[in-house]
Amino acid sequence: MLKDKRSRKKNSLAEPVKGEAYIQLVWRKFKRSKTAIIGGILIMIMAILAILAPFFSPCNPLKIDQHASFSPPQRIHFFDDKGKFHLRAFVYNLKLELDPQTWRRIYTEDTSKRFPIYFLVRGWEYKPFGIPCKLHLFGVPKEGSIHLFGMDNYGRDLLARIMLGGRVSLSIALLGAILSAFIGSMVGTISAYYGGITDMILQRIVEFLQSFPQLPLWMALSIAIPATWSSLYVFIAIMMLFGLLSWTPLAREVRGKVLSLREQEFVLSAKEVGASDARIIFKYLIPNCLSHIIVILTLTIPWLILAESTLSFLGLGLQPPMVSWGVLLQEAQNLQTMGRHLWITIPGAFIVTTVLGFNFLGDGLRDAADPYSRRR
Amino acid sequence: MDKQNEILLEVKNLKKYFPITRGVFRRVVGYVKAVDRVDLFIRQGKTLGLVGESGCGKTTLGRSILRLIEPTDGEVWFKTGKGKKLDITKLEDREIKSLRREMRMIFQDPYGSLNPRMTVMDIVGEPLIIHKVAQGKEIEDRVRTLLKIVGLNPRYMRRYPHEFSGGQRQRIGIARALALNPRLVIADEPVSALDVSVQAQVINLLEDLQVQFNLTYLFIAHDLSVVYHISNRIAVMYVGKIMEVGEAEEVYQGPRHPYTEALISAVPVIDPDVKPERILLQGDVPNPANAPSGCTFHPRCRYAKKICSQEEPPLEDIGDEHYVACHFADDFSLKGIRQF
Repeated sequence: MLKDKRSRKKNSLAEPVKGEAYIQLVWRKFKRSKTAIIGGILIMIMAILAILAPFFSPCNPLKIDQHASFSPPQRIHFFDDKGKFHLRAFVYNLKLELDPQTWRRIYTEDTSKRFPIYFLVRGWEYKPFGIPCKLHLFGVPKEGSIHLFGMDNYGRDLLARIMLGGRVSLSIALLGAILSAFIGSMVGTISAYYGGITDMILQRIVEFLQSFPQLPLWMALSIAIPATWSSLYVFIAIMMLFGLLSWTPLAREVRGKVLSLREQEFVLSAKEVGASDARIIFKYLIPNCLSHIIVILTLTIPWLILAESTLSFLGLGLQPPMVSWGVLLQEAQNLQTMGRHLWITIPGAFIVTTVLGFNFLGDGLRDAADPYSRRR
Repeated sequence: MDKQNEILLEVKNLKKYFPITRGVFRRVVGYVKAVDRVDLFIRQGKTLGLVGESGCGKTTLGRSILRLIEPTDGEVWFKTGKGKKLDITKLEDREIKSLRREMRMIFQDPYGSLNPRMTVMDIVGEPLIIHKVAQGKEIEDRVRTLLKIVGLNPRYMRRYPHEFSGGQRQRIGIARALALNPRLVIADEPVSALDVSVQAQVINLLEDLQVQFNLTYLFIAHDLSVVYHISNRIAVMYVGKIMEVGEAEEVYQGPRHPYTEALISAVPVIDPDVKPERILLQGDVPNPANAPSGCTFHPRCRYAKKICSQEEPPLEDIGDEHYVACHFADDFSLKGIRQF
């Protein structure tokens, strides 16, 4: 122990002492907030589920089974109908019956067919980066099927589709928020740094954009996206739309921050040594606002997730066959359908969880973003 | 004239008026005369101490000389390393940039003057990068030498400013100012934010560096005892104007302006047996937007006569390059200080 300490000390004498990075200070303060940690974990889970969607879904999200339209979620059992305990959980097969009077489809558990759940099984094929892969986290033997969240109208597995939809919903919000953060921070910094007439013009543009009612504007603009465009183009167009319309609050906040920063002596010291405006903006002003920008970024993402869901739910955003949480919720538009098949609202639960997660994280980051505040 | 007595910086009739605007149309209703017709000169390798109360325009003067603030009017002649005399106020931005190597500034606030997101190495190396003096490994070596010169351990060069004490940060600021081998350093209250023991260290450092690198200082301060130690000449400023300039000893021991006398009487004396005779100035510092007529000091001057409120006294040489702006400079025998 002692020797270890001594050798470390010797080591530090030889090498230059590295300062405690800003990131470490933020982390130390961030750790103290429990809600922020929970938010972070929620988002990590969502991100992992979305990125590794095919691995986590035992069914192919695109496979249609007309005979299983709106089949309900299967329950996981540990005890069979005779009350016998099985260490390996299982699901029962679902038997379809038609009500002779109402012609409603009624699914009942067929206790004669048990499908035990196995982990890391081979199932339907997917291709991450073009490499064929069949491994899935869990699944049942080939002759059976498992639909933990039930099926949609066309008999597609909802669990698989939610995870696939998560990819789209999260990435469109993330990319939109990054674009918005980029535009917002540039406009805010330039506006505050140059001041005068530049500031006047940019701020009037911000006010002009903010004066529109948000939802009607989004709707109007998304209608303008040609229906003939492919899903990818629509995705990019919606993302740009979000990015181009949501930067105004960020621009205002960054402007306020830069207005106070530019009076600081270190900005003057950069001018004094002859640094160019671009250098002052990118090396002095933006790094000092970065914590604010990141916080607002994390708070813009949930907002955009909601916006995307709203537009898609109304049928104005992404369109099937593209899958997003909002698109999945389109099926819940009909109250009758929703009343009978409550599980089709599960994507809504994912939206709520993710939005909460980002808000928790954002609030935690806001508190942690300025680790120097107490030290002074 | 031999090299040692060469005038490095000469300020002639420098003015900085900030317009006061009012209303929607930004109508100019008046001016704050922060710096009003200032004349100064500093010789190569010497230190001019600039003293005055808070808000008298010392900092504005320093910044105007470097054109960090655009002066309203006047001339600032600087003798470059190549021996050319240039009027800084008339230069294009590009020409100023090359001049910024030779004229550097040390800032007052050791907390605010260093970018909190840059390491010491980046801060001190920044001038080298901007002026393309060194590259890559060279920068690191140069920064290491500079840190040693100002008495900091180069081991800490990868640390951030908030990990240093006030005195250490001010040393970082000094290292940054020295990075390009300047000839003139404008030190804007470099020790005001430090406590007394650290003040002494930093002042000693500045004195050592002056000898080592043949630096010329314009040392701005509001503390007379600090200025006394480092200055060859002293200029006293009051509401944007220079009241008295002269050799440090002369100004301290035989001030010729009533304002200088009052300032000096306020310096605390360490000897407990000496009962200092304080001259208490009545009233407040006048508003530079609405300065009194005649001599700006006359409402607070205990020797004021009728002429003082009517005519403004010019800054006149009363011998041995001792300049005073007072109608009665020759008549008074004012009290100075025998010892510090």
